[in-house]
Amino acid sequence: MSVNLIGKHEKDSRAARDAVALTLDEMMGKDKDICYLDCDLMGCINTKRLQQHYPDRAFQAGIAEGNAAGVAAGLAATGKKVFFHSFGTFSSRRCYDQIYMSAAYAGLPVHVLASDPGVTAAFNGGTHMPLEDAAMYLSIPDAVVTDPCDYDQLACVTRQLPNITSGVTFTRFPRKDIIRVYGDGSEFPIGKGIVLHETDNDAATIITSGIMVDESLKAWEALAAEGIAVRVIDMFTWKPLDAELVVKAAKETGAIVTAENHNVTCGLGSVVANCLAKNCPTPQEFVGVQDAFGQVGPQNFLMDEYGLRAANITEAVKKAVARK
Amino acid sequence: MNEKELKVLAANIRLETLKVIHSRGFGHVGGSMDLADLMAVLYGSVMKFDPKNPRWPDRDWLVLSKGHAGPVAYATFGLMGFYPLEEAYTLNQPHTKFPSHTDRKLTPGVDLTTGSLGQGASTATGAALGNKIDGRDNHVFCVIGDGEADEGQVWEAFHFAYAHKLDNIVYFIDNNGYQLDGATKDILDHGSLAKKAEGFGLYVQEIDGHDVKAIYGAIQNAFAKKGVPSCIVLDTIKGKGATFAEPKHEHSSQPKEEQWQEALAAAEKAFADAKNA
Repeated sequence: MSVNLIGKHEKDSRAARDAVALTLDEMMGKDKDICYLDCDLMGCINTKRLQQHYPDRAFQAGIAEGNAAGVAAGLAATGKKVFFHSFGTFSSRRCYDQIYMSAAYAGLPVHVLASDPGVTAAFNGGTHMPLEDAAMYLSIPDAVVTDPCDYDQLACVTRQLPNITSGVTFTRFPRKDIIRVYGDGSEFPIGKGIVLHETDNDAATIITSGIMVDESLKAWEALAAEGIAVRVIDMFTWKPLDAELVVKAAKETGAIVTAENHNVTCGLGSVVANCLAKNCPTPQEFVGVQDAFGQVGPQNFLMDEYGLRAANITEAVKKAVARK
Repeated sequence: MNEKELKVLAANIRLETLKVIHSRGFGHVGGSMDLADLMAVLYGSVMKFDPKNPRWPDRDWLVLSKGHAGPVAYATFGLMGFYPLEEAYTLNQPHTKFPSHTDRKLTPGVDLTTGSLGQGASTATGAALGNKIDGRDNHVFCVIGDGEADEGQVWEAFHFAYAHKLDNIVYFIDNNGYQLDGATKDILDHGSLAKKAEGFGLYVQEIDGHDVKAIYGAIQNAFAKKGVPSCIVLDTIKGKGATFAEPKHEHSSQPKEEQWQEALAAAEKAFADAKNA
């Protein structure tokens, strides 16, 4: 695995959705078994191009997510590699029973693309703000759940998905702005966490993903300025969790902070805590949405409102270290 | 198969369905028995299948969206040679290949997993779409219960199939008039299911679901109709041929052993009568 960290907190000139749309376009050109289903939201992630380029394999299912998830499973039963997109809310709780029974329980892989996770739903507001989406997929045996932070990482994850046939996959990604975290040529095998910073004297480890990676890197800088060294891990795969890396970090640093754009009761923090409780009980602090509903507003306001900032992470690190 | 042979097969399926459920002592008798005539026509005269290669890509597909009708499928598949029929006498035993609701991972011949009602309508539709993409000359047959049609997902599937012009799928609605809590008209009155399906753009026929000749004819009419999906409403009697279930329109039954013996004897006699007719 080779990763080239940029981490200068600069916005990518490319929209996040194009990491999915352009990559799928390329993949569908090479692999005739890939199909795409959308629920009247192609325009939101630039996938109308797929319908234009592959009209026999890219379909509208209309605003009927439960049926769309079932159609996706039926397509998979005929040997198709199926991608299914809707907003995070509608690709999780709106069609959960269909994904669970028709696809996962039936042993049919469906690749769910869930746009606008957590506070990135911003102006669509609380009704559209998935803070429990990953929780639902984490509960499905053999599911793969990812929360990429960067355009190239998202594209790399997208490319790997058709190779996963053991279960359903769930990929959460913002549609528009995304920070450039990694440089060209980086590789991101699903299931492997990425150590972004480490020393021999780290006082704690921040385990994070998605939009919280950039905040975590800012927290790392602030803590470094205070003379506190911390490890930072981009855990873009929530399931299967890179347990080996988590346990190693816990053993070597003795304190854990998780930072996620999701409800802390049932997301990244929970899977990390589950792993630690079993393997290496360690003080842990949970940065994320503290069991609250979403609401409308600009993403910056929402990140302040829910405590998803670097300052919240630095404070959590100090708390975790004090509990050692 | 000719009409008489289909009637014999239907009677055989009824008898074997009862035996499968009797092996456990209780189960979904009502909604299984009323499908015996449809299963006889499908597997006796219509469908392409290979018991030695159940996932043959060019096969016709059967999706029992009313997944609780599993026993009628297990009896039929056993009679067709997918496995020795006696294997299905493990119905609902620990680690059985024959669970109450049909499961594609467990039972040879089961094409899609069903149980949560409404979902098979969509997965069957997806399978029809996949087969169409691949240009296969086959059909998907999807069986939906009239109670199941309470689920909006059934109608979403019809909508999708119409919009995508899937003429390689035939939906059957098993219109037996009853669901778990009573008569469908008392639970949540549908009005006319046939008219509703027509409203969704489907080519709809309504027939006697116990008349093998009518079932065969309706399927041929469906095949001839190009560019639209078909729906065949089967007017049926819930529990048809199960002496303890039919008079009560039972969804699930747990009769006493003497009632089982009476029902099995009646089904044996019906089978013999069909052969001697």
